[in-house]
Amino acid sequence: MEGLKVSDANLVVYIHPSKAGKVSQSILRELSTLLFKYNEIFDGVVLAYDVTIQNKNAKVLPGIYPCFGVKLKAKMLLFSPKPDMLLEGKVVKLGKESLHVIVLGFSSASIAEEDIREEFRYRIKHGEEVFASTSHKRHVIKVGSMIQFLVKSFDEEILHISGSLIPVNTGSTKWLHKNMEEGSMVDRLETRKKKRKDDRSEMHEHSTELLDDVGFSLKNEGRPKKSKRQRHAEQS
Amino acid sequence: MGVELATDRPGFYEMVDVDVSDSELVYHVRDALKSVSQGDSDHYNQLIAVMHYTGRLAPDEVAMLVTSLKALSGSISYIDIIHHESLLSSIFGMSMWNYGPDVMDALVELIISLAASNGKFVDSCLDMLVRNFMPPKSYLDLLGHPRGLARKHEVLDRVHSALSHIADLVPLAPMRLTPIILQRMPHMFDKEALIVIYVESMLLLESSALGELVGSTMLMALVDRLIDLDVEISWDDIIHEDSGKGIFDMELEDVDDIIDHAEIDGFEHPRGTAGSQILGTNAVADKLDSLMVLICEHLKSCADGERLTKVFETLLQSFWVTVLNAYKSKFSQFVMFYACSLDPEHCGERFAVFLADIFVCRTHPALTRMSAVAYLASYLSRGKFLPLSLIASTLKRLVDWCLEYCHVQNGEEKTINLEAHRVFYSGCQAIMYVLCFRMRSMMDSHRLKSQLLHMPLEPIFCHQLDPLKVCLPSIVEEFLRQAKAAHLFTVSETFLFNNLLESDLSKAFGGMERLDMFFPFDPCLLKKCDRFIRPSFVYWSMVKTTYDDGEDCSSEEDINEYFDGNGKSYMESGITRSLDEHDLDLDEFEYQLNKMSITPRNSLKNGLIFKLENPFRMPARIRPSTSPESL
Repeated sequence: MEGLKVSDANLVVYIHPSKAGKVSQSILRELSTLLFKYNEIFDGVVLAYDVTIQNKNAKVLPGIYPCFGVKLKAKMLLFSPKPDMLLEGKVVKLGKESLHVIVLGFSSASIAEEDIREEFRYRIKHGEEVFASTSHKRHVIKVGSMIQFLVKSFDEEILHISGSLIPVNTGSTKWLHKNMEEGSMVDRLETRKKKRKDDRSEMHEHSTELLDDVGFSLKNEGRPKKSKRQRHAEQS
Repeated sequence: MGVELATDRPGFYEMVDVDVSDSELVYHVRDALKSVSQGDSDHYNQLIAVMHYTGRLAPDEVAMLVTSLKALSGSISYIDIIHHESLLSSIFGMSMWNYGPDVMDALVELIISLAASNGKFVDSCLDMLVRNFMPPKSYLDLLGHPRGLARKHEVLDRVHSALSHIADLVPLAPMRLTPIILQRMPHMFDKEALIVIYVESMLLLESSALGELVGSTMLMALVDRLIDLDVEISWDDIIHEDSGKGIFDMELEDVDDIIDHAEIDGFEHPRGTAGSQILGTNAVADKLDSLMVLICEHLKSCADGERLTKVFETLLQSFWVTVLNAYKSKFSQFVMFYACSLDPEHCGERFAVFLADIFVCRTHPALTRMSAVAYLASYLSRGKFLPLSLIASTLKRLVDWCLEYCHVQNGEEKTINLEAHRVFYSGCQAIMYVLCFRMRSMMDSHRLKSQLLHMPLEPIFCHQLDPLKVCLPSIVEEFLRQAKAAHLFTVSETFLFNNLLESDLSKAFGGMERLDMFFPFDPCLLKKCDRFIRPSFVYWSMVKTTYDDGEDCSSEEDINEYFDGNGKSYMESGITRSLDEHDLDLDEFEYQLNKMSITPRNSLKNGLIFKLENPFRMPARIRPSTSPESL
């Protein structure tokens, strides 16, 4: 999934003198106020951090409350979706006019009807509302499916994403992963079928290609098994 | 209806009675929305007009409203926050209380879809739902009727399920919900019914699925509100009885009896109306009472649902931040008392340990420590549900601390700086107070008796710092009396001291806040929530003292008998007034009375001698408020 990045940051955390006895605790507390909020400086939503204290010495800031500044090095996990990135999320609500998705468990995304490509039609299958693909029978999106979608825009305040299912490489991730390797193969098979229909009389000319086809079809039978194994490997 | 058809395209009104499919209607609405940016707002305005239907709606109006709302739900992506501002403000201004279930459902569906579709709408949607916690002002009176109640359940069910749906679709919604709820909370001078119904929703949220995220904020805001109300009840509102009359009516165990027998001090209300006016016509007290009832009921349901331990942690935190340091909170702390009574093993013990920890910890300010030990003393004495072993162990902690303190003092001072040692004195007073209530029970238990006899009380009380002279005389007197009967330690008979002088001394250590006279868990004067407290509360008259050897009435039912047979000498009231001129005048007066009194000191039957303790007024009643009723 795109949109996640790890950044290194040099930070200084100012701690109130009353917390001098529990410095680590107050550092973590201070940093936790950054979580799940969009931060302009980091250019992203802070999801997690890993902190190491640089120096046991801290500079005291003069003032009414002499807070002392502790220097830290932190690794920050940031989420910053930009337009045209591909994200994955789980569908939580499905309606004729829109699709609602949750990304990484905290960010909400919605895809409007006009951003869903023509291929998908809203249907009610077995009492359940789904978006079913008209060209690929097994490609179905329903509540609970994981889908991959394109980012149109990102609202930084409420962390809401506006998404799109127009590009071809968007849709149910299960189906997409399964068909990614076969994608080019499937295309070749289709064009070959067409050619065979058109030029039946020129079998001789295609004899070599037919042989290839036979070989290809043999290979093809082996394929699904391989991809299943691959899928298992991916899942484990 | 009279909707003018300006164009040849069918208007909304016509759409409704024709067999129009939902999708066509949706397209129509989308067109209306789109055409606004192009300058054509006719259909758009018609749509807004539908949103403004008010009053009793005819069935076709209801149908129109429902279909319009549903069509809008289908056209969410066409709603623009700028171009369709008036439509949005109409929708967000709708109050679900004005409509029937059909319209409510359609409206809720629209709100949920709006919130999920675009981040910009989330705040307004949440705000609209929170505003629907309360009915329109005109509706408030109807709430008492069954129809009003039915409507209330209809609305609140939908509002809360809508909030939970939105939280499912927009995981960060609860984070934005919290400030909105706090902001919309009715002011404490608003109508009681309004405050109550809002707080009901807050508590509902706490126990809902969202409670994990927003619950603790709700509780803390509620305790803050309790303190706000508490502080508004001034001590002047608490009627002080004529000391001669009320001395034997130690505590308000039976409010009705007291209403019958007592006279109202300084008020011209006719006797007949006394009953209704005594407790409860003070508006602020009423509000506080109702809120406390709500919270107590909520705590009970938490206990039934086995969530109390977690909720208690939040309450404890809130208590520390808000109640402990509030200047002599009057009744709000009873929420803690009730919570402890529901689960003595965990919560009850936790509270005692928490307060003791604050007392012994040197980094807390002195006033906090004194306040904590005052709470602790009152709590240990009044909690019927507290096991004696806990009381004994906590006492031991206090005693050990005081002993340590004594050892640290080098004893070279000729004149004692009372203020410097005020934490010590408050600790000693706490020990004496608890022993006044619990000494007999501890002496009755073999194990605790030996523990008590081994406690180093003598070195503490006979120390140069002289706590017996400094602490509140009535407590000292009662304590010494019981200690003598129990042969706790040798007490010299010549403990003569001038009452007034000692009163000054105790004032000195108590400071401006008079923390020497702070007994926070003295009987609760709020009528409605008293029923939660009463079963777990120890009234002074129930207490067996060590000098009661001859009496056989140990049962609590024989309160009256026990009462008369003994002539209680222990003044019960902890409710005092802050120092002001009025107080000083009474001081004078009482001093004169003392001089004139011919009652021998030993005549404890009348207890007249304790009339002199001017701050020991009977915690009689809450005076009806004379301030104008708030709107």
